[in-house]
Amino acid sequence: MPEAAVVRWRADVIGIFFIIIVGALLAVMGAAHAIDGPFQAQMWTMLAALLLGGAALLHQVTKPPQQSDATRYENGVVKAGVIASMFWAVAGLLVGLIIALQLAFPNIFYFPDFGWLNFGRLRPLHTSAVIFAFGGNVLIATSFYVVQRTCRARLAGGLWPWFVFWGYQLFIVLAGTGYLMGITESREYAEPPWYTDIWLTIVWVAYLLVFLGTIWKRQEKHIYVANWFYLAFIVTIAMLHIVNNLAIPVDFAGSFSYSLFSGVQDALTQWWYGHNAVGFFLTAGFLAIMYYFVPKRAERPIYSYRLSIVHFWALIFLYIWAGPHHLHYTALPQWAQTLGMTFSIMLWMPSWGGMINGLMTLSGAWDKLRTDAVLRMLVVSVAFYGMSTFEGPMMSVRAVNSLSHYTDWTIGHVHSGALGWVGFVSFGALYCLAPWLWKRQRLYSMALVDWHFWIATIGIVLYITSMWVAGIMQGLMWRAYNEFGFLEYSFVETVQAMHPYYIIRAIGGGLYLTGALIMVYNLWRTARGDAPSFERATDVPAAGVLAAAE
Amino acid sequence: MSLDAAAHHAQTAGLVLLFGCFVIAVIYALWPSNRQKFSQAARMPLEDDND
Repeated sequence: MPEAAVVRWRADVIGIFFIIIVGALLAVMGAAHAIDGPFQAQMWTMLAALLLGGAALLHQVTKPPQQSDATRYENGVVKAGVIASMFWAVAGLLVGLIIALQLAFPNIFYFPDFGWLNFGRLRPLHTSAVIFAFGGNVLIATSFYVVQRTCRARLAGGLWPWFVFWGYQLFIVLAGTGYLMGITESREYAEPPWYTDIWLTIVWVAYLLVFLGTIWKRQEKHIYVANWFYLAFIVTIAMLHIVNNLAIPVDFAGSFSYSLFSGVQDALTQWWYGHNAVGFFLTAGFLAIMYYFVPKRAERPIYSYRLSIVHFWALIFLYIWAGPHHLHYTALPQWAQTLGMTFSIMLWMPSWGGMINGLMTLSGAWDKLRTDAVLRMLVVSVAFYGMSTFEGPMMSVRAVNSLSHYTDWTIGHVHSGALGWVGFVSFGALYCLAPWLWKRQRLYSMALVDWHFWIATIGIVLYITSMWVAGIMQGLMWRAYNEFGFLEYSFVETVQAMHPYYIIRAIGGGLYLTGALIMVYNLWRTARGDAPSFERATDVPAAGVLAAAE
Repeated sequence: MSLDAAAHHAQTAGLVLLFGCFVIAVIYALWPSNRQKFSQAARMPLEDDND
């Protein structure tokens, strides 16, 4: 049809095309002049992705416009985010299980012929996949959902939210395939090389502008607290990402770069980034999920909105200083270590204030915990938030850290936060979102949610208890002296002693992955419509305003 | 000005500024006339939907 071939050149389309064309040109030049093979492969990947994106964009803008587009909420990109979250959850947990098995059974799961399957390359793949791929997609999807509902406005920016979504997937693919080929910046949780960092910066700025633009055109006067947490997460991650990744490439056609910082300044910058990735990515962002989905699911208002405001600002003012507790007993000045420790301990107050606020939101609705496994998942996640934010400050105390640091206790602590808090609150949100987005009355099976809940909970308990025991034992063995003043144990003896606990950890991780697979099956059946289907009137923003005014 | 003096002034100003901002946030949260607004806001997730 002739009218279908007309391209509608809106500002968003022009902007995205500009990025794609410039990016594709740079990728071709990079591939042509590449000084190392992995860099060349990355540039071809980038080029292929950008060309695919360009083709999809061209297809999108030549389609005849749909009628009620501008008056409805943008649900498509949220649906895509839910699907991507499920995919990356399974991928990230699977890689985690593989590396757990490599540690437990190095004779079986060591593949000298396949360098890319080495633990050193799979480990950042696991951490990035679960934190940034799974967690990041959950945060982007839920933030796009929540900001529209609580502002009663459609997502701003036309096709920019889709650019954010696909641009973020490209970042993940570039980072992940790069690790497997041995490309790394060697900065924990910031391993992607300089060009991938630049790409993420572009995507993240677009994300910030979409979010701010939606808040700007809101029809609600008050900005709901969840949006404050999302905004803090987006702004702070932008700042952390840019500063920590300041680097000078050795060659603009190669993957290797040197950090702008050196020595102890470099270490401090890295852990200022690293701990605030925990504080603002894994905490502030997921607290936004808590402040929307827990009241929503419990059908109760927030226990204390005032407490949520104090919670927010206390968290913002305290978290940013806690990073130096990762550098106890290093070249970092003692006062800076003490500062990090002090602020970590002060964080007990906002963390527990927030946990109490989340849990007490259930007042008058505690009975729902018995019947609603999704709400139970959300509430248990808040309990894990309280537990791991108790444990963290305790481990930041220098004397405790002297035992816990470099041991598997740290791994146990991280996973009680990651599996218990971040994982469960995300699963809870996904279980809520799937029926809402695909217009189903309920989930395909609540029984399967129960199965997921219990299997995953047992998995977490096995994981964290085994790592606590292994870690404390490891720390004690490292510091044990015999009567002659020599070290009691060689390093390999500590490894041998931890073998049974590594097996228990792998079983725990396997159970957690099993739970996630059950969720994927359940949500897929829900989305496919194997449950009663209906459409809510309030999916139209105007009707939402009317309903609120009644 | 020496580095030490500059650092001292920056640290003092930073402490006063950040703590002042936090105190303002707490006063805003506890201000009596905001009570009505906040109790409405606490219900916001419940009111964007019928089911």
